[in-house]
Amino acid sequence: MMGSENQGFEEAHIDASREEMESLVLDDPSNNSNGTKSFSHHRSAMSSLADSHHLLSRPMVAAPADSDPLLAPPSFRDFRNPNVAADNSSYIEPPSYADVIFSPFDENAVHEIDGVDSPGRSSDSSVSLSRSPSSSSDYIKITVSNPQKEQETSNSLVPGSNTYITYLITTRTNITGFNGSEFSVRRRFKDVVTLSDRLAESYRGFFIPPRPDKNLVESQVMQKQEFVEQRRVALEKYLRRLATHPVIRKSDELKVFLQVQGKLPLPTSTDVASRMLDGAVKLPKQLFGESVVVAPEEVVQPAKGGRDLLRLFKELRQSVTNDWVGSKPPVAEEDKEFLEKKGRMHDLEQQLSNASQQAESLVKAQQDMGETMGELGLTFIKLTKFENEEAIFNSQRVRAADMKNVATAAVKASRFYRELNAHTVKHLDTLHEYLGLMLSVHGAFSDRSSALLTVQTLISELSSLHSRAEKLEAASSKIFGGDKSRIRKIEELKETIRVTEDAKHVAIREYERIKENNRTELERLDRERHADFLNMLKGFVLNQAGYAEKIANVWAKVAEETSAYAREST
Amino acid sequence: MITVQRSSSGSSHSPRSSSSQPYLSISVTEPVKLGNGVQAYISYRVITKTNFPEYQGPEKIVIRRYSDFVWLRDRLFEKYKGVFIPPLPEKSTVEKFRFSAEFIELRRQALDIFVNRIASHHELQQSEDLRTFLQADEETMERLRSQETGIFKKKPADLMQIFKEMQTRVSDVVLGKEKPVEESNPEYEKLKNYIFELENHLSEAQKHAYRLVKRHKELGQSLSDFGKAAKLLGACEGHALGKAFSDLGTKSETLSVRLQKEAHQLLMNFEEPLKDYVRAVQSIKATIAERANAFRHQCELAETIKLKEINLDKLMLTRSDKVGEAELEYKELKAESEEATRRFENIVRVMNEEIVRFQDQKTQDMGIAFHQFAKGQSRLANNIADAWRSLLPKLEACLS
Repeated sequence: MMGSENQGFEEAHIDASREEMESLVLDDPSNNSNGTKSFSHHRSAMSSLADSHHLLSRPMVAAPADSDPLLAPPSFRDFRNPNVAADNSSYIEPPSYADVIFSPFDENAVHEIDGVDSPGRSSDSSVSLSRSPSSSSDYIKITVSNPQKEQETSNSLVPGSNTYITYLITTRTNITGFNGSEFSVRRRFKDVVTLSDRLAESYRGFFIPPRPDKNLVESQVMQKQEFVEQRRVALEKYLRRLATHPVIRKSDELKVFLQVQGKLPLPTSTDVASRMLDGAVKLPKQLFGESVVVAPEEVVQPAKGGRDLLRLFKELRQSVTNDWVGSKPPVAEEDKEFLEKKGRMHDLEQQLSNASQQAESLVKAQQDMGETMGELGLTFIKLTKFENEEAIFNSQRVRAADMKNVATAAVKASRFYRELNAHTVKHLDTLHEYLGLMLSVHGAFSDRSSALLTVQTLISELSSLHSRAEKLEAASSKIFGGDKSRIRKIEELKETIRVTEDAKHVAIREYERIKENNRTELERLDRERHADFLNMLKGFVLNQAGYAEKIANVWAKVAEETSAYAREST
Repeated sequence: MITVQRSSSGSSHSPRSSSSQPYLSISVTEPVKLGNGVQAYISYRVITKTNFPEYQGPEKIVIRRYSDFVWLRDRLFEKYKGVFIPPLPEKSTVEKFRFSAEFIELRRQALDIFVNRIASHHELQQSEDLRTFLQADEETMERLRSQETGIFKKKPADLMQIFKEMQTRVSDVVLGKEKPVEESNPEYEKLKNYIFELENHLSEAQKHAYRLVKRHKELGQSLSDFGKAAKLLGACEGHALGKAFSDLGTKSETLSVRLQKEAHQLLMNFEEPLKDYVRAVQSIKATIAERANAFRHQCELAETIKLKEINLDKLMLTRSDKVGEAELEYKELKAESEEATRRFENIVRVMNEEIVRFQDQKTQDMGIAFHQFAKGQSRLANNIADAWRSLLPKLEACLS
């Protein structure tokens, strides 16, 4: 369920950036003599690239001493670093997390090797829980790119006034339901809204990933590169999440969206809205006793819910900690187990929100630490230079040398903090992701409530129809020979009752279907969340330990270099 | 507390003395809050252990307050011109922190270092004022303290004025403007420039060190909050996952405490020595100002004498009856001038010795501070690594 955004990283331009990092390495002769240190330093330099890319970091746990840690496991060998084996042949050390290589994860490499579409956060040696039984060999990979300005061709009073952005949506897949294995289409944001609306209708009760916000901004802002890029990223995330959902990835709506060239052949919301409106108009009439027939097929969609759903998404996105109960129409939900689960989801959402916030603070504190450490280091470098230039006494040169060691260590430590943080952000992002998913849960539960409301409405309608029929029959039987007009009315009423009964049965079936969807989705959510969170915790902890070790080593060296002072002080 | 020998090298790291070796060792301890409201202050217990014959006995305990230390510093500054008097911790301007535990401890530590530096300085340790400070009863001390107005007390405003003049003079020289009453000693110019620039560098370093202390506190706080949130989330989840979150939360809270401790250590053992370094440099600037005064005085007298000489010659030529008077004046001035020259040259000599001592001492002081810093960071990081690592076996087990 959550794996799709992990696939959302661009290719890392490793070589150019690696040179950059290496040129920043401070003059540290002792580093080169020890193969271990230069190796892990080199590697950690590479992983700092994760900063600006959406790269998934994966720890490669060092294997036991007698095997070359780089060759096992083969699926995570870093193809861009052929020198590695040579560096490492001389060192045999017990595995420590300081030697864990936090390297950026190349999605292409993974797909070619594993063919797994949602590698999740599992590492090779420790098995993660299998997230979806069917996805072991099939995949859909979606990329959103190449935003372009286009013009509304018709219906514009002022020529050239209506411009919009389209995005190139490229899909690579080996699933058989698609026509081919690689194809592209151009879509605009409106199309995404349409897709989202149609999915909401077809997949009631499912936890459908929420689409990106509409952002009501001026057209000038719309075209600003920052906004366009933000939206591109959001669209990609959204489509990838859809592609991860075991049921929705197979939907016709998605297939059509991804494949059909030209205009998106799905009914737009304005078309549907007018149908909805009719349906919505009819329902109150029924409630107030006018005999208007309810077509059975219309009960499959919540009359009021159709418009409410859209409004709901918007509202819930605004404040995720909405009062769960208050925003729903009061419905008599008889399923105690469901009510319990709903309460649990509510709690979960609250705690996720809290944890997500604290995670952000933690990330900020780590970042600040790294920054200040770096600034301290730079200041000492300047001091060192100053003392060396102005030195008259040897004591000054000694002090300058000591200062340089501290400065070097501080700058290194600062880099490690920043790298650590880049990884931490990615791990703890899982919290944010699941928080966002709560919107889908809201939606699915509200589908259920709407369906129940429909059933209950029809039941009460039936009951009032029946009582009207009874009254008419009683009145009619008093008239000898029959009351032609009344008898006709009774016939009509009986017809209405029949149709309404059918509608009721359809509505009940729909309700049951949605209930079942809720149930399976909840199970899936719990299962996947369980796995994702465990992986998140493991990744987080591994990173913290690994970088703490690296930082400890850096300072231990300085402590060693200044140990003479410790002996002298009383 | 530094145990010192009476030695001409002024070294502050002599081995622990046996009873035959002369020693003067002082501790500043037990800060106690006395008085009420605005008048409240902290008093310290000053314990002196010595075998110097000038002292009243092997051990003496007195009660002193911050302004007593200020008195001592001012007296020494007046009497031992040219010597870089050890710096005092600043007067606290923020009321809120004046009595915070951290501030009191920092001040106590700094005062302890102050007196011991005096005690280990080959000239200063012989000061009578030091003996008074270490031995006199409180009433005497109070009397002496309140006498310190005008002549000896360098008000902060005065010092600021001197520094300002100094800086303009230095920059004038740098700009090539000539000022008549300035030493034309290139080495000394270099030293002055060095001192001024050094202060800038050190202030920056101290600022960052202070920020680093804050960062440790902030990281500690955020870990604590994160830990609490993780525990609550764990309560929601239940089963193995819930336990994992709960364990993570507990570990986070433990590390938070550890970080707060390290922040304190960092403050005491790294930021404070840097602050002390800055203060020392400022003390040198005061000495530089003194030297400038002495030089100016000497020059002024030399000028005056020249005029007097000319006048005297004139009088002698005219066989004036004022000759006798003038001759007397001239003799007095000559003596004064010689005295002024002597004083100035003494300052120069002492300063040359002091600068060597200063550089040596600072290399030592900073070496220790760096060592503590590195050790502290390394220990902290190891603690952190151990704590997180301890969670891994369970997490691995859950995932398999």
